[in-house]
Amino acid sequence: MRHLRLVPDKTNINFFAAARVTFGASVVMMILSLVFIAMFGLNFGIDFRGGTTIRTESAAPVDIAGKRAALAALNLGDVSITEVFDPTFGPEQNVAMIRIQAQDGEEAVTPAIIASIEGVLKANDPGIAFTSVESVGPKVSGELIWSAVLSVVGAATAILIYIWLRFEWQFAVGAVAALVHDVLITVGIFALFQIRFDLAIIAALLTILGYSINDTVVVFDRLRENLIKFKAMPLMEVMNLSVNETLSRTLMTTGTTLIALIALLVLGGDVIRGFVFAITFGIVIGTYSSVYMAKNVVLWLGVKRDWSKSDDAGPKGTQFGDAGA
Amino acid sequence: MLDIPVWKRVLIWAVCAAGVAFSAPNLLYSTVEGHNDAVAAAEAGRSLTPEQEAARDAWPGWLPSSLVNLGLDLRGGAHLLAEVRVADVYAARIDALWPEVRDALRDRRAEVGPVRRMPSPDGVLRVAISEPAGLPAALAAVRALAQPVVTLTGIGAQDLEVTADQGEIVVQLSEAERTATDNRTMQQSLEIIRRRVDEVGTREPTIQRQGEDRILIQVPGIGSAAELKALIGTTAQLTFHPVVGRTENAGTDPGLRNSLFPSMDEPGVFYIVETTPVVTGEELVDAQPSFDQNNRPAVSFRFNPSGARKFGDYTANNIGSPFAIVLDDEVISAPVIQSHIPGGSGIITGRFTVEDSTQLAVLLRAGALPAEMTFLEERTIGPELGADSIEAGRIASLFAMGAVVVFMVASYGLFGVLAVAALGINVALMFGALSVIGATLTLPGIAGIVLTIGMAVDANVLVFERIREEMRTAKGPARAIELGYQKALSAIIDANITTFITAAILFMVGAGPVRGFAVTLGIGILTSVFTAVFVTRLLVVTWFERARPRTLNV
Repeated sequence: MRHLRLVPDKTNINFFAAARVTFGASVVMMILSLVFIAMFGLNFGIDFRGGTTIRTESAAPVDIAGKRAALAALNLGDVSITEVFDPTFGPEQNVAMIRIQAQDGEEAVTPAIIASIEGVLKANDPGIAFTSVESVGPKVSGELIWSAVLSVVGAATAILIYIWLRFEWQFAVGAVAALVHDVLITVGIFALFQIRFDLAIIAALLTILGYSINDTVVVFDRLRENLIKFKAMPLMEVMNLSVNETLSRTLMTTGTTLIALIALLVLGGDVIRGFVFAITFGIVIGTYSSVYMAKNVVLWLGVKRDWSKSDDAGPKGTQFGDAGA
Repeated sequence: MLDIPVWKRVLIWAVCAAGVAFSAPNLLYSTVEGHNDAVAAAEAGRSLTPEQEAARDAWPGWLPSSLVNLGLDLRGGAHLLAEVRVADVYAARIDALWPEVRDALRDRRAEVGPVRRMPSPDGVLRVAISEPAGLPAALAAVRALAQPVVTLTGIGAQDLEVTADQGEIVVQLSEAERTATDNRTMQQSLEIIRRRVDEVGTREPTIQRQGEDRILIQVPGIGSAAELKALIGTTAQLTFHPVVGRTENAGTDPGLRNSLFPSMDEPGVFYIVETTPVVTGEELVDAQPSFDQNNRPAVSFRFNPSGARKFGDYTANNIGSPFAIVLDDEVISAPVIQSHIPGGSGIITGRFTVEDSTQLAVLLRAGALPAEMTFLEERTIGPELGADSIEAGRIASLFAMGAVVVFMVASYGLFGVLAVAALGINVALMFGALSVIGATLTLPGIAGIVLTIGMAVDANVLVFERIREEMRTAKGPARAIELGYQKALSAIIDANITTFITAAILFMVGAGPVRGFAVTLGIGILTSVFTAVFVTRLLVVTWFERARPRTLNV
């Protein structure tokens, strides 16, 4: 029986042939992401900027103008109303999200304000139901931003240290460069399309970190093995060999994970769509960066190959000197 | 070469069987939940209704019955993050200290002269003495009031900090005492919130301290956060004060050591009462909703012996004067004392509805919160939204699973089938572990499971690809399998440890649903490494021993 092969058994693709183009493209995308973030900013959810979101559900079609007019009378400041569409909704399910800015001097919205909002919306559409009401005060949202940044930086640092211990510092720098690339471009996409950026997206970014490093480590692991096996081969060739050898696995794993994620993206409902989108996008970009980004940085930094001559000035390492491993 | 000792095989199968056994209750979630609720009710000493008995018998008691908790976003309910104003307690402590300080200084009247309390910010007591020469003696007298603080680290620390400032004595709580007070305040608040929530009797509320001065409260199944807030946000400080006067002017100066409280029923009416209460709600032993002689809703209460004595003495000495019943700085009513009330029971009437009186009774029974709370975050999730999310998550998981099965079998044939069997065991182990540790499954948690389904095959893929490669160098199938596992191991371990690091950080830093995601991701990594390294290998070896193939069709 012939099994499905995503790639032929023996590939010999030169992944450095277009190194300038791919590396350049990555750098350009990263710069563009920074520009998008600076220009458009991120569409922060209430987790990060405080305020209240109300999710409404009704059999009647969503009347955004009517709701806006009804809420305008309450003087709540910035109010945004968006209709939510989803393939999993039934025909009688019309969902809208209403977001209200944090009120001055209030830590969380008072029950009185929520009651008055629900009152005017009920007057506007008697069949309306409030499926979720969430309110975050400015104090907590400030702390949440801080803990989010801390968690991403903390995770990247922990990974850097682990790779450094298990491999060499060049590998650690390469791996973290790939991670920065993945996270930055994902955040850039969120800025470009103004997708809501909340606490769950931070979880997604951390998952991307974990997944992308997973891919990178598999390539590095093979590289470590081949560096010992082929001591005389130029570094670039060893790298190409390693990526080619692991290519089948990389595509298989990305394939199965993507299948699972696409199922979730389409069928998982709108509540976690942003979250699943971030992971899906990040995994594609993470696979790309493992193949094209991480090892280019390692090549550029160079790896000390011959550990038989002692060199006190250079970094101490034993991983590649242990020929029996 | 491919030997796996018998004890190891037994152990691996035992772990798999345990995973299946402990995850099985989740398949019949509502049945098992009904059983657990009925058992919990029986343990609490309540008699069971016929429906509860039926629910209990629907699931045999000897089977595992732990379930994965569903998070608020799946079950619906309310979430509140409250900040306790711990500093409020300092002010009350310091205020209560004044009579003691006054008495202590009165004993030294010859040296210090008459003393006077000076205006000061909250939490600071300033006392002026008339004889400046007596300051050292006065300080010594006040310092003698300080008690040692019992803490783990602050050995020898005193609870009061007594200093002299411009000839006045300044008393405030010491740093060690503040920390100790904060801890006590938080413990008390947690306990009282727990009692109040338990009184309403919802299932598995989460009431946790977070950080220095915050409390996280999650109550599944409650209608809205506003309802929860009404229940726990009220301080419910019940006090009984002598009434000094009654006014309709909100700007009235109540005078020294008196307070002005608004009336709850009569708008625009204020009562001037003595600030020091005769009795407080702390001395209540019971409160029940009831009706007064005119059949209006009321709350009847009973004091403990010391409260009953104070209440009895006061009513005996003050027949004919009004008496204010104050709840959280509002006068519920101010009846005139008609006769001596012995025995320490009484009734509070006011303009209550039946719900009001029931809730007030609950609050009084549970006790007063030591300090006020500010709500920083509140979320209400409707049960329908949660049910929709579960359904969507279930369909997505099944779809993901199906697609991965097809993909794996198409790519690796028999080995793919073995990997899929291991994947099934992996999911069972995950659910089993989540159930046993009582973890909470949230919507991002479901995403974590789906992601794990995708990633769980990774370790298998690493091994199978490696076996393929080793086959190409033609070492024979047994050697290829052995080398495949051996050489793929370092990649599997390194790759999964790095992912586990991120899961651990997510768990430490993340809040709520994100933490749920971290838990499923972390457990998923552990179980998928276990299934790939042990279960799939055992399956492959068992197959190999039976079939003894000359070549491998990986």
